[in-house]
Amino acid sequence: MKRFIIPVAFLVFAGFLYVALTSGLDPHTVPSPFIGKPAPMFSMSQLHEPAKKFSPADMKGRVWLFNLWASWCESCRDEHPLLLALSQQSVVPIVGLDYKDKAADAEAWLAKGGNPYLLNVSDPEGRLGIDYGITGVPETFVIDKHGVIRYKEVGMVTPENLKEKILPLVAQLEQEP
Amino acid sequence: MKKFLFAALLSFAPFAAWGGEAKDLAADPAVEKRMVALAQNLRCLVCQNESLASSHAELAEDLRREVREQIRAGKSDKEIYDYLVARYGDFVLYDPPLKSYTLLLWIGPFLMLLAGLGTLAYQLRKRHQTVPEAELSAEAQRRAAALLNDEEKQ
Amino acid sequence: MIPELGHFSLIVALMLALLQGVLPIWGAARGNAVLMGLARPVAAGQFVFVAIAFCALAYAFLTSDFSVLYVAQNSNSHLPAHYRFAALWGGHEGSILLWTFLLTIWTIAVGQFSKHLPQEMVARVIGVMGLISVGFLLFMLFASNPFERLLPAPGDGRDLNPLLQDPGMVIHPPMLYMGYVGFSVAFAFAVSALLGGHLDATWARWSRPWTTVAWVFLTLGIALGSGWAYYEMGWGGWWFWDPVENASFMPWLAGTALIHSLAVTEKRAAFKSWTVLLAIGAFSLSLLGTFLVRSGVLTSVHAFTTDPRRGLFILVFLVVVIGASLFLYAWRAPRIGLGGKFEVVSRESFLLANNVLLSAAAATVFLGTLYPLFVQALTGGQSKLSVGEPYFEAVFLPLMVPMVVLMGLGPIARWKQVSLLDLLKRVRWAAVVSFVLAAVLPFLLGKWTPLIALGLFLAFWTMSTVLVDLRKRMLRDGGVKGQSPSYYGMQLAHFGIAVFIIGVTLVKGYETERDVRMAPGETTVAGGYTFRFDGVRDIEGPNYRGVQGRVIASKDDKTVAQLYPEKRVYNASGMPMTEASIDTGLFRDLYVSLGEPIPDSNGAWAVRVYHKPFVDWIWAGCVLMALGGILALSDRRYRIHAKRKLAGGPASDDVVRKKQPARAVADRRSKTA
Repeated sequence: MKRFIIPVAFLVFAGFLYVALTSGLDPHTVPSPFIGKPAPMFSMSQLHEPAKKFSPADMKGRVWLFNLWASWCESCRDEHPLLLALSQQSVVPIVGLDYKDKAADAEAWLAKGGNPYLLNVSDPEGRLGIDYGITGVPETFVIDKHGVIRYKEVGMVTPENLKEKILPLVAQLEQEP
Repeated sequence: MKKFLFAALLSFAPFAAWGGEAKDLAADPAVEKRMVALAQNLRCLVCQNESLASSHAELAEDLRREVREQIRAGKSDKEIYDYLVARYGDFVLYDPPLKSYTLLLWIGPFLMLLAGLGTLAYQLRKRHQTVPEAELSAEAQRRAAALLNDEEKQ
Repeated sequence: MIPELGHFSLIVALMLALLQGVLPIWGAARGNAVLMGLARPVAAGQFVFVAIAFCALAYAFLTSDFSVLYVAQNSNSHLPAHYRFAALWGGHEGSILLWTFLLTIWTIAVGQFSKHLPQEMVARVIGVMGLISVGFLLFMLFASNPFERLLPAPGDGRDLNPLLQDPGMVIHPPMLYMGYVGFSVAFAFAVSALLGGHLDATWARWSRPWTTVAWVFLTLGIALGSGWAYYEMGWGGWWFWDPVENASFMPWLAGTALIHSLAVTEKRAAFKSWTVLLAIGAFSLSLLGTFLVRSGVLTSVHAFTTDPRRGLFILVFLVVVIGASLFLYAWRAPRIGLGGKFEVVSRESFLLANNVLLSAAAATVFLGTLYPLFVQALTGGQSKLSVGEPYFEAVFLPLMVPMVVLMGLGPIARWKQVSLLDLLKRVRWAAVVSFVLAAVLPFLLGKWTPLIALGLFLAFWTMSTVLVDLRKRMLRDGGVKGQSPSYYGMQLAHFGIAVFIIGVTLVKGYETERDVRMAPGETTVAGGYTFRFDGVRDIEGPNYRGVQGRVIASKDDKTVAQLYPEKRVYNASGMPMTEASIDTGLFRDLYVSLGEPIPDSNGAWAVRVYHKPFVDWIWAGCVLMALGGILALSDRRYRIHAKRKLAGGPASDDVVRKKQPARAVADRRSKTA
């Protein structure tokens, strides 16, 4: 009778493989260790006004999106219209981080395609990106009124993840004190 | 004339480099060596499964730069690993840390070995008690002896 | 037309496989000789149609028929002919066809070399292999059709991944698959024994050669993969504990355990149900490996283009094959019986301890490979873990050390019973000599660390115990002719492990690397060799262009080697590739690869040079292991004599003991290991 443990154990294992397979888990995405933690502090020059600096503390009291992008990035182009729509409808302010980019290229691109950002921070060497655990562009963080990161979208913003994850979360966070 | 001599001298300059000792690619070989040792235990986050030491990806270059800077700043190995884990989670370490959820991973192999040895010991004891010695009948024993004797003669 | 013919052939093959899988097994259960007799011919038919499909796909590749989607994805008109052929298994669909084709070849072989076996056994074995074929054919026809068309056909294909455009690609996958598929034979024998309800020592004798052949192929396949990675990847590594590598290593460990377990079962008719379970396990691990590599659940440099839908199909197949066989085992194993008696200290128990260690090792690799998936699935993707080289080395080594020590004692121990004291007395000189050499040699070589000393000790221990036993036996039994090939095979394989350990220990302990910027004419020194860089020149290949550097290696002012590392860019894909240049030697490799050109430097390049002592002993050891296996196979007891068909039918223990003691004695007469 004890021998039946073996096939049963195998079936349990197969069940686990099934769960792993169908849960749509992407073996490539790196989950962020920042969820639920304060956004890492920084004070960096702004893209359009290099003399001025920006820090996450400046956004205290507001729910905001922190979008990491670059003018050389294809997918950033694809998500751009959605970000524009968000800013035009004043849904939630978006702060951009221009990652490993030349200021001139970034400014030209925004001038041509439209600027959905409240402001942009320049990160020419990518150090700030690393501080935020960047693995590629684009990436978007949802940050609450207390400066705590509540969600990270790895990859571009799409109508689906806006509708299912980002916008509901933003609405919920707006309700919070 | 002087200009001509000077130019002639310059034209020999490349040959002066012949047989020269090549310089290390890294600015500081000691730092580099330590960085590579650390990077071999770290994952390249944008690759399919490569270490930070061997990957050519741009993010890997940037992270190696970070590690070098940390080494120069005098950080210990643990501090450097913690720095990266704070940003990327345990996923970045190829040597899984000993935490509550990796306990099974680290202890598992030895538990399985003990279980196997235990089962073996138990089975050997049991076999010792239950398996009877194969008995040949007297007739069969005589035949076997005869055959074996024949064997040796041949 | 040809691709459609290939597709149609697969459908016919499926029909035949269904017949092959069902009718003979039914016949064996009912004692129906006609149905059982169908096994070989139907298997031959299935082979023919799978072969047609295989040839059809090969034709499509060789004629660069880009209207076939799979060809367009994996080939290119400028690809040299032999790579166009190898590209057949360069992607997922074709590799499944290769698997299936090799399975039909093994089935034919089993049919051919089984004339001395009882008919029910042959029928069941071929039947089980037919059922496995059914699974793979269904998979191809419903989820991985290599003959799918791409219309309109593109002008040219996407090209085979440059990393795969290498002789390694021509030989490594077929060898590896011969191993994986070969374990299906041991599996089929095991299931057949369970279905039949009895199993005796002769069953082990019949299964053993098949298992050994599969094991030899798998050993060579893994060694080839490792060697290929070594010179292809450009950084001189040869094993990364990547999930796909582990997926091949687990069946190898189980297969090694199985060969040893079969020895116990053959010699002493003992531990039969464990051997059966192990046979099921080895093949299950082969199948599991197939799943892991293609389903997309794990990240790996090796992974095929992944598709969860395909993963689901393989998973269902896995569950059916492994689940059914394990249930059959649980149900029928008690009938098989316990077998001969032996003491706690005896060769049997050494072999079984070997099995415990190998199984623990396989389970450990399994745990480490799947743990990240486990963590990811349980936390819904919130938490991810990497389990890499540091883990595997830390847990694997402690398991291997006792095993190598036992490997020295096992062959010296007698069957049934041996005195531990007696045993230790016989090896005491081997132990002392090994210990002293291991303690002293590292100092002479330049560096002493505990790991180097340990590695050397294990290697010398193995070699000396082999020599001790060889000497004793040859003195006792009159020279070289006195022992069987099976015995020599064992000692050769064990010796191969020692060679392997030396390679690993010395290369890890003493390799040197220099990462330098070299202008033409500059030199650098590594491992006592001087390397001079002579600049690069442009080159053009059949489907790539690039630069080729020249590096002259010399020792004591004498030129030892000319090395030509390259940096290529392949035309079709634009993919860059670094081709290292290696000077292979008996006692060291000199390894050079180009990095990037240094900008504004007048021709200077980043160059990496390595001195790797004894690295080729790693693969030489594997080859010796494989040769040992082949030697063991040539033992006369596996040769099929017409005389063996004495009284006809299976020879069970009872029959041997009661009715034909002469035969039992004759068997014991041969001096087998």
